[in-house]
Amino acid sequence: MNGFNVKFGYRDNFLDNLQPIDILYKTRVNIDGCRATINALGLKHKELNDLLRETVQRGSKELVINNVFGQRYIGTRLYLPSEDKLYIEVNKFPGNDLGTFLNGHRIVVQGNAQDGVGNTMDSGEIIVHGRAGDVTAMSMRGGKIFIRDNVGYRTAIHMKEYRDKVPVLVVGGTAQDFLGEYMAGGMVLLLGLNLQEGEPHRAHYIGTGMHGGVIYLRGYVSEHQLGKEVGVRPLDDQDKENIDCYVREYCNHFGGNPEEILNGSFQKLVPVSLRPYGQIYAY
Amino acid sequence: MQSYLLSEFIVERREDRCIHCRVCERQCANEVHLYDAELDRFFSSEKDCVGCQRCVTLCPTDALYVRPRLEDYRPNSSWTRDKMQNLKKQAATGGVVLTGSGNDKPFRVYWDHLLLNASQVTNPSIDPLREPMELQTFLGRKPDTLKIEFSDGKAKLGSELYPNVMLQIPLVFSAMSLGAISYPAFKSLAMAAKEAGVLFNTGEGGLPVEMRDEYADCAIVQCASGRFGVDLDYLNCARIIEIKIGQGAKPGIGGHLPGEKVSDYIAQTRMIPRGTDALSPAPQHDIYSIEDLSMLIYALKEATNYTKPVSVKIAAVHNVAAIASGIVRAGADIVAIDGIRGGTGAAPLATRDNVGIPMELALASVDKRLRDEGIRNKCSVIAAGGIRSSADAIKAIALGADAVYIGTAALVAMGCTLCQKCYTGKCNWGICTQNPFLTKRLNPELTSQRLLNLLRGWGHEIQEMLGGLGVNAIESLRANREHLRGVGLEEWELNVLGVKGAGE
Repeated sequence: MNGFNVKFGYRDNFLDNLQPIDILYKTRVNIDGCRATINALGLKHKELNDLLRETVQRGSKELVINNVFGQRYIGTRLYLPSEDKLYIEVNKFPGNDLGTFLNGHRIVVQGNAQDGVGNTMDSGEIIVHGRAGDVTAMSMRGGKIFIRDNVGYRTAIHMKEYRDKVPVLVVGGTAQDFLGEYMAGGMVLLLGLNLQEGEPHRAHYIGTGMHGGVIYLRGYVSEHQLGKEVGVRPLDDQDKENIDCYVREYCNHFGGNPEEILNGSFQKLVPVSLRPYGQIYAY
Repeated sequence: MQSYLLSEFIVERREDRCIHCRVCERQCANEVHLYDAELDRFFSSEKDCVGCQRCVTLCPTDALYVRPRLEDYRPNSSWTRDKMQNLKKQAATGGVVLTGSGNDKPFRVYWDHLLLNASQVTNPSIDPLREPMELQTFLGRKPDTLKIEFSDGKAKLGSELYPNVMLQIPLVFSAMSLGAISYPAFKSLAMAAKEAGVLFNTGEGGLPVEMRDEYADCAIVQCASGRFGVDLDYLNCARIIEIKIGQGAKPGIGGHLPGEKVSDYIAQTRMIPRGTDALSPAPQHDIYSIEDLSMLIYALKEATNYTKPVSVKIAAVHNVAAIASGIVRAGADIVAIDGIRGGTGAAPLATRDNVGIPMELALASVDKRLRDEGIRNKCSVIAAGGIRSSADAIKAIALGADAVYIGTAALVAMGCTLCQKCYTGKCNWGICTQNPFLTKRLNPELTSQRLLNLLRGWGHEIQEMLGGLGVNAIESLRANREHLRGVGLEEWELNVLGVKGAGE
């Protein structure tokens, strides 16, 4: 021991004093067929995720998690390649990194989500009946995310695609700055449903460094809000089909009239080059 | 625009020895040697020569000499030849001057100012040829205390242990991604690591699916700012997961793998479309603080069910000790520190040569800081960047490293001659290129043997030196600065390193 240690101490907020899994399972889980209802009140994130994994390994296919308040990484630990894909309902407010690295499961959140929703997500679906925080869909590689309201800063940074694995992010409201920065693939659809008539989207630096993928915006943005690596292009038939399909899916999840939404004016933002920084070096 | 550049090398051909076999012409991807069949004569285009010595090495009659051309301009200590050449290059292109490999500037190499001890009279030295000499090293978090429980006269370990990974020799191949280096080079590293019981690092370019069954067991996989090829299968197949924050050759900046290097195969392992630039942003955009780093560390632990150590690699920079402390407190099991002499496939010259600090000083201060705070056992420390020999490695361990990363040394073992043109994609040795005509020059069966020989040789040398110290396990040398003495160092340097001057 020394002066430093006494002064700062060392505490592991995540791992100290965890409750054993068998006690958690006995006291927190209600099983009804293949459906498990879990009470997450006051659990640390590791406890909750231990519990989710245990429940799935014991055969549940549907997880309803109640009283979620800020627990992180829901869905991340459920990488069980041999198991079926799960349905996970999160009641109230999950913490950061919801569905990080998500592998095929479907997560429905009945409340707001925080930062890092679908971080580096691989496949599956996340539906948030509320808003989401910063870095939503960062480095997302596949699957779909639907957010009913707004998203925060740095949304869809470095999303990427490979062949038929194309990630999709649909946001009902608007986004903050750096939307689609460094975007390398995939599709972002920003509907702007909560903007006033004629009010522009809020984000600046949209698509800075973008070199793949596409962003569809319903509503207005000014030229100065766009990064210099993106260009505005008219919609072609394929674009219209994409927008139509995902607006209808959005309305299926959250209600609303698809025809009314589709009547708005859409813009398509695409990168002007696949190699934005190809020319800056002296070889 | 004409560049006004002078050639960097002189190519000499001794006509009396040359048999016109045209090996040189076929071997040179830079097209320096041209044979004119009508005149039955070779011409050489010296301005294209990078000095990689491939033609010289393969010439069957030793007819070729390639020498640096150093003395064209009037000698000037301030305006050196490189400085002037770079100015001319930039004046012609307006671009950022690129380079490859590690820092070649004459910053003090502290290894060359540290000397090891040996036993004389008062303590017998040990002969590793006859007596056991332990080099096994475990990477990962260690418990604060070991609790032993007794029941029915049997002892049982009571404390919870954290995931650890065993190395037979405290050497690990540094992160070199598939894409930066060729597939045969990448595979050679994997094969050698498997054979020698050490690890190789995939870098951030992913680990090809067909290599996972055989080599994932000795792989450190990286999760870097580009997140290329990162999915749960990739994370779960590996032994260690490394979050790459920075690299010694280019602290603070990201990487651009140019689109022309993104072939079908590279596109598949990185999961991006063919021919697009693979851009790694400078920061990881979900990490803007120690708290955010903690979030990613635990995301990775969650993703792998807490079965794998998570490493965080940072470049050695000014406040590295405080940063390392934060990293350990954020939950990392391993901290890797990459010093200013660390290599790279491509970096802006200005950054490579001017940013960061020497690893020796960074390593010593990190080790000291973690000890002072009582958290050194919470992580392993891996030192990287400019480890040139077994002696450097053993000195790094005496300064506090658990293991060392070797990158450039491994490349040199594979044939690299440090021509520093890795970024051109025309590596004549088949290492740093994706051109199939060049990559087939490396045969993983043979190249991995060279790497294995290197590891074996270093292992023996480390054992010999340990024996000389009178120590029979590498564990006893770790951070044991009493075994080091400095020569030709200033007092502040001795203080930072925590070693005494020679004779003290």
